[in-house]
Amino acid sequence: MADSRSGPALPSRILVLGATSGIATAVMRLLAARGANFFLVARDPQKLTAVEMDLRTRGAASVESRVADLDNTSDHPGLLADAASSLGVIDLAFLAHGVLGDQKEGESSYTAAAAVLQTNLLSAVSLITWLANYFQATKQGTLAVLSSVAGDRGRRSNYIYGASKAGLNVFLDGVRNRIDRSGVHVLTIRPGYVATPMTAHIEPNLLFVAPQHAATLILRAIAKRKDIAYVPRFWAAIMLAVRSVPESIFKKLNY
Amino acid sequence: MAHRHSRPKFESWGRYPSLSATVVPLHWPSDFPLPPAKEASPLEDQRSKTATSAPPRMLPVGMGRSYGDVCLIADGTLLNTRGLDRFQSFDEESGILRCEAGVTLDEILRFCIPRGWFLPVTPGTRYVTVGGAIANDVHGKNHQVAGTFGRYVRSLELARSDGSRFVCSRDRNMEWFRATVAGMGLTGLIVSAEIQLRAIVSPLVKSEVSQFHGIDQFLELSLARQSSEYSIGWMDSTATGRKFARGVFMTAAHSQEPAKLTTHKSRSCSVPFDLPGLALNRASVGAFNALYFHSHRTRQKPRLLNYDSFFYPMDRIRHWNRLYGKRGFVQFHCVLPRVADQLAPLQLLKAISAARLTSFLAVIKDFGDAISPGMMSFPMPGISLALDFPIRGEETFDLMDRLARITAEHGGRVYPAKDTRMTPTQFQNFYPQWQQFAPYVDPAFSSNFWERVTARG
Ligand SMILES: Cc1cc2nc3c(=O)[nH]c(=O)nc-3n(C[C@H](O)[C@H](O)[C@H](O)COP(=O)(O)OP(=O)(O)OC[C@H]3O[C@@H](n4cnc5c(N)ncnc54)[C@H](O)[C@@H]3O)c2cc1C
Ligand SMILES: NC(=O)c1ccc[n+]([C@@H]2O[C@H](COP(=O)([O-])OP(=O)(O)OC[C@H]3O[C@@H](n4cnc5c(N)ncnc54)[C@H](OP(=O)(O)O)[C@@H]3O)[C@@H](O)[C@H]2O)c1
Repeated sequence: MADSRSGPALPSRILVLGATSGIATAVMRLLAARGANFFLVARDPQKLTAVEMDLRTRGAASVESRVADLDNTSDHPGLLADAASSLGVIDLAFLAHGVLGDQKEGESSYTAAAAVLQTNLLSAVSLITWLANYFQATKQGTLAVLSSVAGDRGRRSNYIYGASKAGLNVFLDGVRNRIDRSGVHVLTIRPGYVATPMTAHIEPNLLFVAPQHAATLILRAIAKRKDIAYVPRFWAAIMLAVRSVPESIFKKLNY
Repeated sequence: MAHRHSRPKFESWGRYPSLSATVVPLHWPSDFPLPPAKEASPLEDQRSKTATSAPPRMLPVGMGRSYGDVCLIADGTLLNTRGLDRFQSFDEESGILRCEAGVTLDEILRFCIPRGWFLPVTPGTRYVTVGGAIANDVHGKNHQVAGTFGRYVRSLELARSDGSRFVCSRDRNMEWFRATVAGMGLTGLIVSAEIQLRAIVSPLVKSEVSQFHGIDQFLELSLARQSSEYSIGWMDSTATGRKFARGVFMTAAHSQEPAKLTTHKSRSCSVPFDLPGLALNRASVGAFNALYFHSHRTRQKPRLLNYDSFFYPMDRIRHWNRLYGKRGFVQFHCVLPRVADQLAPLQLLKAISAARLTSFLAVIKDFGDAISPGMMSFPMPGISLALDFPIRGEETFDLMDRLARITAEHGGRVYPAKDTRMTPTQFQNFYPQWQQFAPYVDPAFSSNFWERVTARG
């Protein structure tokens, strides 16, 4: 059943990459209640089925799904072409897959560090490249990507993850600069702490927000065609302060 | 994979006792059973040095809206089930909902009211999970006609610590179903359930109010309004003399006049911090209770109310448990068999006035004859009484013990979901079936409640 609440126009044909993400499912629940159509991609079939049933029950008009490990970039073109033909048109492509990685391990293992860059950056580059061209050709659509505040500055405690998100940010800036003029909306989402499986090992603190809250803010950023959205907004101020500390001092901090 | 982290304190709704436990959030049905402990995070490793080879003790927890220690396990592992919050299916024709066990009744209402459905049974707060509602086999203001929540559970999926997982219902694994409904989280993790909702055509209820003076009058009213769908009494336990056992009796039924099916939330506020323990003294509580009594005059004409103001008046004040201050509070909740004279409730009320301990409105409710589906279900035909007391030290606990003794003498029983005090002997007399139940307890599961009431000697 479609929800009749009126609000800003929201996308109704949606491709989700990393559809089992806690943040993505919270966003998709809101869109499902408005009767959206989905094409979901995730690597774990059991979790994917659970998400699919949830969205269907909450009112999605249709849900197609596909199991895929997004690290395999050679599968991307086929996968994305299938999504496009299944949905008819993609209004919104939402990239949510990502890993935090083990910083300690990555400090001494190139393989571990490269795995984080493969998932968070290279696989995203592969997907975004195809999607940017698709959207540019159709002269419409929103490309929304979950990056992170961690990409705003390298820190001793998570610079491998941070580097993957920083690369993603710059890549997205450039893509926006290239295709915004074709009517395509490119949104870089930079959340702070959101309570999902990714952050479950971190002792909860006052900066945490629930995925439902993050989802509302993300939908608003999509509706308002924002370029970069800090989630919640106060992270923009925090990161401004963090970026403004001179490196000569920053390098001595335990932050 | 489920991660663990420690949290110094974990409290139930009454905030007593205050214990430490490791909390493991479950996000997916496949997160249970937990991976072997060696995969635990470094945070956990530091803590667990002291507690090496002891067998695991774990317990699922929902919203922690139980008052006492059924949802606590000191130095054990609490499986936080709130992440299991997915719907699985809903049949708009029959009103059958399948969902994971961490879904709250609040989430169900927001989903089902616009579709013309309502909860079959609801406790006095909508902030409880499906798993918690099943594990305590909760009852609501329609007990006299509808029985307990468990009666509307068509089936549930149970996961045990040995990795086994199966569906239980009235025809499949029936004994497991009977043990798990009202099983206090001890028989394993309830992963999901299928629930029968009830149809509505309006979010409004038609409600009537009458004042009563004394238990006899309450019972007369209850009897006269037996067929009304919902009924509840609020009693002023601070009033003495001629005003003794005065109260307000409310009934309601879902409005039959079609209206726009929208969810509703009254404006709410929050108690931002612990009130000083003495804020609730005899004078302030007495004044509140009197005000409540006088503002609910007997009305000839029924009134239309939004469902949430009838069912969930307390939900308007978030964290209202902080009103009782840091030391917390206890609830005494019992059911007494119906007998010709009303000696038992009178004795309870007298013991309370004699102790001169203050209690906000007491809730009094006539339970119906519907058979509860759980082996360990609390409701039975009779009168149920529930009262909250701020913890003032030993005198509060002495009173609780006295009330439990009076309940025992009159063949009643105390509700585990609210309890912190009953002794092993009392529990075993209240629930002689506990011995049939015990074999269904998962060997890796336990709770402070269970360890307390099954302790020997
Ligand atoms: C304001 C208020 C009003 C209330 N009114 C009523 C009322 O009218 N009638 C009534 O009956 N009760 C009432 N209660 C009590 C409340 O309904 C019960 O304690 C309920 O069980 C709480 O659910 P929860 O999700 O908070 O569970 P918790 O309190 O967290 O846990 C309750 C029990 O359920 C078990 N459990 C939770 N989830 C699972 C799971 N997935 N699998 C297995 N076991 C599980 C726990 O181990 C524990 O034993 C009220 C409580 C409050 C605060
Ligand atoms: N939570 C936060 O505080 C936070 C803050 C800033 C940014 N973010 C970003 O937000 C995004 C979503 O994270 P989340 O918080 O929702 O955490 P999450 O629930 O753990 O989601 C991450 C998702 O990525 C999927 N994934 C990882 N590698 C994959 C691969 N190779 N192929 C396909 N799927 C893969 C995971 O699938 P499995 O379930 O199968 O593992 C999981 O569903 C991530 O990019 C994260 O970096 C999160």
